[in-house]
Amino acid sequence: MSILVFVESADGEIKNTSKEAVSYAAALAEKSGENEVIALSIGTTVSENSLSALGKYGAAKVLHVPLEELNQGIIQAYASVINQAIEKTGAKYLILAKSSLGDPVAARVAIKANAELAPNVVELPDLSDGFKVKRSIYTGKAFVWMTLNSDKKIVTIKKNAVEIREGGSEATIEKLDVQIDSSDFEAKITKTDKAEGDILLPEADIVVSGGRGLKGPENWGIIEDLAKALGAATGCSKPVSDMNWRPHHEHVGQTGIKVSPTLYIAVGISGAIQHLAGVNSSKHIVVINKDPEAPFFKAADYGIVGDAFEIVPKLTEAIKAS
Amino acid sequence: MKILVCITHVPDTTSKIAFTDNNTKFDPSGVQFIIGPYDDYALARAVELKEQQGGSVTLLNVGTASTEPTIRKGLAIGADDAIRINAEPLDALFVAKQIAAIVKEGAYDLVLMGRESIDYNGGQVHGMVGELVGMPSISPVMQLDIEGDTAKLAREIEGGKEYLEVKLPLIAGCQEPIAEWKIPNMRGIMSARQKPLQVKEPIGEASTSSLRYELPPPKGQVKMIDPEHVEELVKALKNDIKVL
Repeated sequence: MSILVFVESADGEIKNTSKEAVSYAAALAEKSGENEVIALSIGTTVSENSLSALGKYGAAKVLHVPLEELNQGIIQAYASVINQAIEKTGAKYLILAKSSLGDPVAARVAIKANAELAPNVVELPDLSDGFKVKRSIYTGKAFVWMTLNSDKKIVTIKKNAVEIREGGSEATIEKLDVQIDSSDFEAKITKTDKAEGDILLPEADIVVSGGRGLKGPENWGIIEDLAKALGAATGCSKPVSDMNWRPHHEHVGQTGIKVSPTLYIAVGISGAIQHLAGVNSSKHIVVINKDPEAPFFKAADYGIVGDAFEIVPKLTEAIKAS
Repeated sequence: MKILVCITHVPDTTSKIAFTDNNTKFDPSGVQFIIGPYDDYALARAVELKEQQGGSVTLLNVGTASTEPTIRKGLAIGADDAIRINAEPLDALFVAKQIAAIVKEGAYDLVLMGRESIDYNGGQVHGMVGELVGMPSISPVMQLDIEGDTAKLAREIEGGKEYLEVKLPLIAGCQEPIAEWKIPNMRGIMSARQKPLQVKEPIGEASTSSLRYELPPPKGQVKMIDPEHVEELVKALKNDIKVL
C-alpha cells in the first residue's frame, strides 16, 4: 500500500507547500506502516533534478506525467490524471498541499475515487481507532477532529503546519502513462497574469503587510524595502486593496488571501477582525502602529508604537546591517 | 439564463467561537448568522447577470428551519425563489449530494456558490457537485462574464490570475471582487416575504463525523519594543523567531 502526494511547482521548482505535503506523507508512512511514498508531478516544467530531490523529503519514487498540454492546471484534467495515478498505484492515501489548484482538484478526485476528504489539516492523524485528523476551521479560530471512514482517504495540508523534512536519498523517476479525454479540457486557460520573480504571498515564509496608515500607494516603497531585506512577500489590508493602492492578490484577510507564515509584520493596520482572520495562523506577529490602542497589538507577539515612516526604514537598515 | 446560487448560513465574521457539551457542539448563543460572505458575492453576481441577460435566480440552502431568515435576506437581495433542503449541513459530500440532486432536476446554466464556507473552510462542495453532475467546476472565481453560451472567467492563483473560457453549464466557487456587494433595500425586504420558498427532505446521510472541537491556545502577552531601539526586534527575529 502506498501514499500518493500530488506535487505542484512554480517557476520550474517544486513549491515549498508540496515539500511540506511530501514530508507529511513520509511521517504518515512511518506512523501507519504504509510502505511507500510516491510523488506525482504533472506537466513538463519541472527539471528531473527537482523531481529526484523529492527523495530528500521522503518520496521513494516520483511518477511523472510529462505532457505539455498539462503544463497549465486545468482542474478537471488534473483530477482525472491524479485519479488514474491512484488506481495504478493502489494508493490508500492522497496528500495535497492546500492551494488554489489543490483544493478544487482534491474535491473532484474525492468523488472519482470514492474517497473521503479532510481539508486544511494541521497534524498527523490519530490512528489508534480508525483515522481521526485535526483540521483548521472558522478561519483559524478553532480546530475540529474528524473521522474519515472510507478505504481511500484524501488530506490537504495547511501551509506551515508541517516541518519540511530534510535528508533521505534521491527518488527514482518513472513516467506515468495516462488517458487524456477531451472532455477533461472543457475549460480553456486563455491567459495567465503572474507577478514574475516576486515571492508568492500564499507561499511566503515572511509577509510584510501595509494598511491605511501608509496614507497612499506612493509610500509603499518602505514596505517593499523591508520585504526585500527580509526576503518576504508583500500584503495589504482590505481597504488598501479596495482603494486600488495595491492589487487584489495582495489583500490579506477573511475574504482575501489567508496566510500562515512564520512571521507576519503588519504596518499601519489597526487589526479589524476580518484581517486577523486571515493572519491568525501566523507563527509570530509583529505590529507597528502609531495608535497604542490598535486592536492588532492584542494579537501580536511584538509591538512597536510609533510613526511607520520613521520606524520601518530604521528597521530595514538594522536588518540589512545584521 | 437560469442560475442556482447555493448559500451557507454561517456565524458573522466577528463572532467569538465557542463550544459546549465537552467541546462536541458549536455554541450558537449570542452569535448572529449571515449569508456566507463568499456566497454573498456569488449571489450579487447572479443578480447582476439576471439584470443584464434576463432569466431567474434560485437560492439553495442546506439547513434546518433556523436558516430561513438568512434565505429571506438572499431573496431580498434579488433572488426569485428558494429551496431549502431540510437538514443540518453535516459534511461537504452530504451537502454536495443535495445540491447535485437539485442541479440535475433544474437544468441550470450556472451554479454559483462561495469559494468556501467561513465556518468549515473546506472549499470542496463546488468541485464535488461538478464531478457528481459531470459539469466543469472552476474556483476561486473573481470575475465572471457570460457571452452567448460561453463563460469568461478569471480565477485567482497564487500571486496572480488565470483567465479561462468554458461553455455553459458551469459551476463556480466565487470570491471578491466578482460583483458589487448588495444590501437589501426596503422594497426587496417587503417582496422577499412573498417569494416562494420550497422545503425538500434530504437524500442520504453524512459519512464523516466531527468528534470534538478545540480552540487555539491563548495568545501570550505582546512584548512592546521601544521605537528608539528597533535593534531589539532584529535580535528577536534572529534569536527567537530565527528568520534572519
